[in-house]
Amino acid sequence: MADQNPDQHPTGPKPGHNGARRTFLKQSTALTAFALTPGPVLKAAGSAWDEKVAAAIEQVPLRLDINGKKYKLSVEPRTTLLDLLREQLHLTGTKKGCDYGQCGACTVHVDGQRINSCLTLAVMQDGKKVTTIEGLAEGEKLHPIQEAFIKHDGFQCGYCTPGQIMSAVACIREGHANSEGEIREYMSGNICRCGAYPNIVAAIQEVKNGGQKV
Amino acid sequence: MKDLFFKDGVIGDPMNRVDGRLKVTGGARYSAEYELPGLVHSALVGSTIAKGRITSIDTKAAERAPGVMAVITHVNSIKVPGFAASAHPSEPSTIGQPLRVFYDEKIYFNDQPVAIVVADTLERARYAAGLVKVQYAAEQHQTSFDANTSRAVLPTSAKRNPKSPLADYDRGQTNAFQTAPVKLEAEYVIPSEMHNPMELQAIVAHWEAADKLTVYDKVQAVKGTQKAFAKDWKIPEENVKVIATFVGGAFGNGLHNWPHETAAIIAAKMVGRPVKLMLTREQMFTMVGYRPHAWQRVGIGATPDGKLVGITHEATGQTSSYEEFTESTLQQTRMMYQSPNVTTRYRILPLDVSTPIWMRGPGEATGAFALESALDELSYLLNIDPIELRLRNYTDQDPEKNLPWSTKFLKECYQMGADRIGWNKRPAKPGTLRDGDWLVGYGMGVGTFGANRRPAKARARLLANGTVLLQSATTDIGPGTGTVMVQIAADALGLPPKAIVFELGNSTFPEAPSQGGSATVASVGSAVVAACAELKKKLLELGGPGFSGAKPEDVTINSRVQMRAYNSSLPLEIGLRTNASVKVSYSDVLQRNGGQEVEVVGEGRPGNERQKYSMYSFSVHFAEVKVHTMTGEVRVTKMVSCADAGTIVNHKTAGNQMIGGAVGGIGMALTEAAVIDHRFGRYVTKDFAEYHVPVQADAPAIEVAFVDKPDLLVDPMGTKGIGEIAIIGVAPAIANAVFNATGKRIRELPITPDKLI
Ligand code: FES
Ligand code: FES
Repeated sequence: MADQNPDQHPTGPKPGHNGARRTFLKQSTALTAFALTPGPVLKAAGSAWDEKVAAAIEQVPLRLDINGKKYKLSVEPRTTLLDLLREQLHLTGTKKGCDYGQCGACTVHVDGQRINSCLTLAVMQDGKKVTTIEGLAEGEKLHPIQEAFIKHDGFQCGYCTPGQIMSAVACIREGHANSEGEIREYMSGNICRCGAYPNIVAAIQEVKNGGQKV
Repeated sequence: MKDLFFKDGVIGDPMNRVDGRLKVTGGARYSAEYELPGLVHSALVGSTIAKGRITSIDTKAAERAPGVMAVITHVNSIKVPGFAASAHPSEPSTIGQPLRVFYDEKIYFNDQPVAIVVADTLERARYAAGLVKVQYAAEQHQTSFDANTSRAVLPTSAKRNPKSPLADYDRGQTNAFQTAPVKLEAEYVIPSEMHNPMELQAIVAHWEAADKLTVYDKVQAVKGTQKAFAKDWKIPEENVKVIATFVGGAFGNGLHNWPHETAAIIAAKMVGRPVKLMLTREQMFTMVGYRPHAWQRVGIGATPDGKLVGITHEATGQTSSYEEFTESTLQQTRMMYQSPNVTTRYRILPLDVSTPIWMRGPGEATGAFALESALDELSYLLNIDPIELRLRNYTDQDPEKNLPWSTKFLKECYQMGADRIGWNKRPAKPGTLRDGDWLVGYGMGVGTFGANRRPAKARARLLANGTVLLQSATTDIGPGTGTVMVQIAADALGLPPKAIVFELGNSTFPEAPSQGGSATVASVGSAVVAACAELKKKLLELGGPGFSGAKPEDVTINSRVQMRAYNSSLPLEIGLRTNASVKVSYSDVLQRNGGQEVEVVGEGRPGNERQKYSMYSFSVHFAEVKVHTMTGEVRVTKMVSCADAGTIVNHKTAGNQMIGGAVGGIGMALTEAAVIDHRFGRYVTKDFAEYHVPVQADAPAIEVAFVDKPDLLVDPMGTKGIGEIAIIGVAPAIANAVFNATGKRIRELPITPDKLI
C-alpha cells in the first residue's frame, strides 16, 4: 500500500496514481457484500487503460506563490483555486460556503485583489501571488483587522470569518470603507448566516478610522 | 475590556471569545478539515424523482472513470444492521424511520441519495457521480401543501398521549373568540425556510477497526450522534467517537442525523479508508432539514377595552412521508396572554419531501408570526396601542400550567424597547408617515421560549501547570459556549479566565445535551459549577491537616491571583479564603493523590422547582421600516431587540446572538422562501442566488438591551436561554411595521415587493 495516501502528496495526485484504487478493487472482490452482489459492481477493475489515458492529459504544471511560499504544482485543469488550497495544500482557512461565487467564504487575494477562489480555476492563476487568511498575520502578530474582529466580535461560528476578513482588508485598501453605508455595500458579497453584520462593520470602521496600515 | 482581575467576578464581562484567535486566523478546524492518512473523497448522486422506485442503476461508466474506488448503491451496499425492517417503528426524536440509506429501491423525496461515489480526489468523485445513470418507475408525488391540506393529521404522539403539548387544547370554552364584541379571524402562511448555515454539512467517516467508528461531523449533539450511530451499526456506544470541535453554524440542522452521514459511513466501511463527504449547497436544500411550510388560522376576540375574550389558534406544518416532525408552534398562544378561553389545534401534513427539522426559534417563531400579527390587527380594530393591548392582557402567572413564573421581566422589555426605537414616533393611523418616496412604520412583536435545562456533566482537572481543564460533550455552533463556560468556571473557582481551558465537541467527554432549545448555558453551565464545587471538595480532602473542618467553598486555588493580576509563574498553592496562613503546594497535593492530577466530574440536573414554577425567557422586538411607494421595497432601517434572559454571562457574545436572531428574522420576514416546482417535486431555490438570506446591506443598526436579572430557579448562574427568543417575534414585528407604514397587512411571508404594490 505504498500509494495509500495520494492526498498527502504536496502536489496532489500524480498521473497514473491509482495504486490505492487498484488495491481496493482487488481487495474488495473478497468482501462478502460484493460477492453476494448480483449487479455489475466492480467492473471498473478492467479500466486501467482509461485511467492511463486520462491521467496523462489530466495534469498541468502550475506555479503559485501562496502566503510567500513558492509552490510548484501539478494539477488538473478543472481544479478550482479553492479546492487546491483546501484539499491538496491543506490550507483549510479558506472556506467553501457555496462553490458558486455567491457567499464570499472563499475570498482570497490574488496579486492584492480580492477574489472568490471557488470561481477561478487554479491554472488560471499561474505565476500569481495568492494570500489566504493563513498569510495575513505577521507571525504571532495579528493583522489589525483580525484584532478588530476579535474585539468587536465580528463573528459567531467563525465559518464566514476568513472570507470576511480578507474582504475587509481589500475593502479598506480599495478605498471602499469611507462610511457605514459604503462598507455595508462593499461587504455584501460576504454572507454571514450567523448575522454578525453590525459587528463586522464596527470592526472595519475602527481599523479604517484608526488609520492603521492595512 | 475590564482588567481580568478575578475579584470583580467575570460573569457579565464582555470578554473576547476564547477561540477568537483561531477563528480569525483560519486555525479553527471544521468537520471537512481533518487530514487523515488515506483519506478519500466522495460525492452523492441524488434521485431525480420525488416518489417511486429505482428500476435500474448503471454504474459502469462511473466505475471506469479515473480514480474511482467504489460506486455504492442499494444494489451493492452493505446493509446497516440497525436499520429497522419495518417502515414505521417508533423512534424517540421523531416518530417514524429516518431514511434508510441505500436500503432498497424506494424513493421518498427528490434528490434522495441513491449512490455515493468514492474516488481519490474530489474532482474525480464529483465527475464520476455525474456518470451514474438511474432509471425510475415514478409514482404520482404530492409535494404541494395547498393541494393536500385535507390530509393533515394529528401527530401520533398526541394520539398516544392526550396530555401532550401537541394534543388539542381547550382552556375554557372552545372558540370563545366568536362571542367577543370585537373580533377577527385571519390565516397566516410561512413557506419552508432553509437553515443554510455557511458551513456546508460535512463528515469525515473513519472506521478505525471493524467495530470502531470515528466521525468528524457537523452536528449539534455529539452524544446523540454517538448513540444514533452505535445503534445503526450495533456496536457499543464507546466504540463510536464523534468530533465537532468547531461547527460552522447550524441553527438546528445539526439536531438530527441525515442520510449523507450514513452514506459516508457505509462508504468508509466498504473502501476501508476514511471518507470525506461535503454536501453541495443544492444538497443543503434537499436532505438536511428545514423550517416546514406552515398554515395557521387565528381567531381572536376582545372586549372594547381590550380584554381578551378568547384565542383560537390552528396550525398545520409539513412533514415527510417517513418521519413525523413536530414542533411547538402553538405554545406561545397558550401561555403568553391572560385569555380565559384558548383553543389550539396542531396538525401535520405528510408530503413526498425530506424531513424538516427545528430551525432557530423553531415552531414558536412560526406561531409567533401568526399570534403577534393577529394581536397587532386587533389593536387597530380596538384603537389601542399594541403595547398597551399586551399590557392589558399581561399574565402574572402561567395561565396554561397555573404556576407562578420563575421570573418574568417582560414589562421592562416593553419599556426599554419603546424608548430605544422611539415608539412615540409611530403613527396611530397607518400609511401617514412619510420620508420622501418612502412610507415609514413601526411595529413590535413578542417572543418567548421555555427556559430549558437538561442534565449535564462536566469534568474538571487541575493540571500541574495550574490550568483548570474543563471538558463536556457540548458543542459551540456559534454562540460562544466555550467562552461563557470559561467565565462561569472562573467565577466559581475565583480564578482569572486565562487560567481556565474549556473543551467541547467530543463524545468522549462527559455527557451533555444537544445544543438545541436554548438550553446549553443553563445545562452545561450548571455542570461546570458542579464540577468546580467538586474540585474544591477534592482539594480540601487532599489538602492535609490544616484543611480539616474547613468548608469546600472556602478553598482557593489562589497563590497566583493574590496580586492585582494573575501571575502564572508563581508556584501553585491551595489555600483557604478564611485563613490566609493555611496553604499547601499543589505538588504536595499531587503526591497525596498518587501523583495524579486532581480530577473530578460534576453533574447538574434540574430539580423539582420545575414542577412548582413556569420558566420562560422573553423577548420583545421593535422594527422601524421604510417601504418604497413605487417599488414596494421594504428596508428595515432600525431594530431594537430586548430580552429577559436572566443573567447575561457575556454581554458581547449574548448581544451578538441577539443581533444574529434579528438578522435571521429579517430574512424570515422579507426574503426567505424555499420554493418547490410541484411538477417535479423539486426545489427551484437551490442556492443563494434564488434563496435570499440577508446580506450585509440588509442589516440595519440593531440595538440590543437585556434586563439582566438573574433567575436562580432555573440554574445556579441565573441564566435563561437566548438563542431562540432572539428570532421569535422578529418577523411579526417587521410585518406589523409594514402595516403601520402602508396599511397593507401581509399574512404570507416573505413580504416581497409584489405583495405591496
Ligand atoms: S464558496 Fe466561493 S463564493 Fe461561496
Ligand atoms: S460567523 Fe457564522 S456565518 Fe459568519
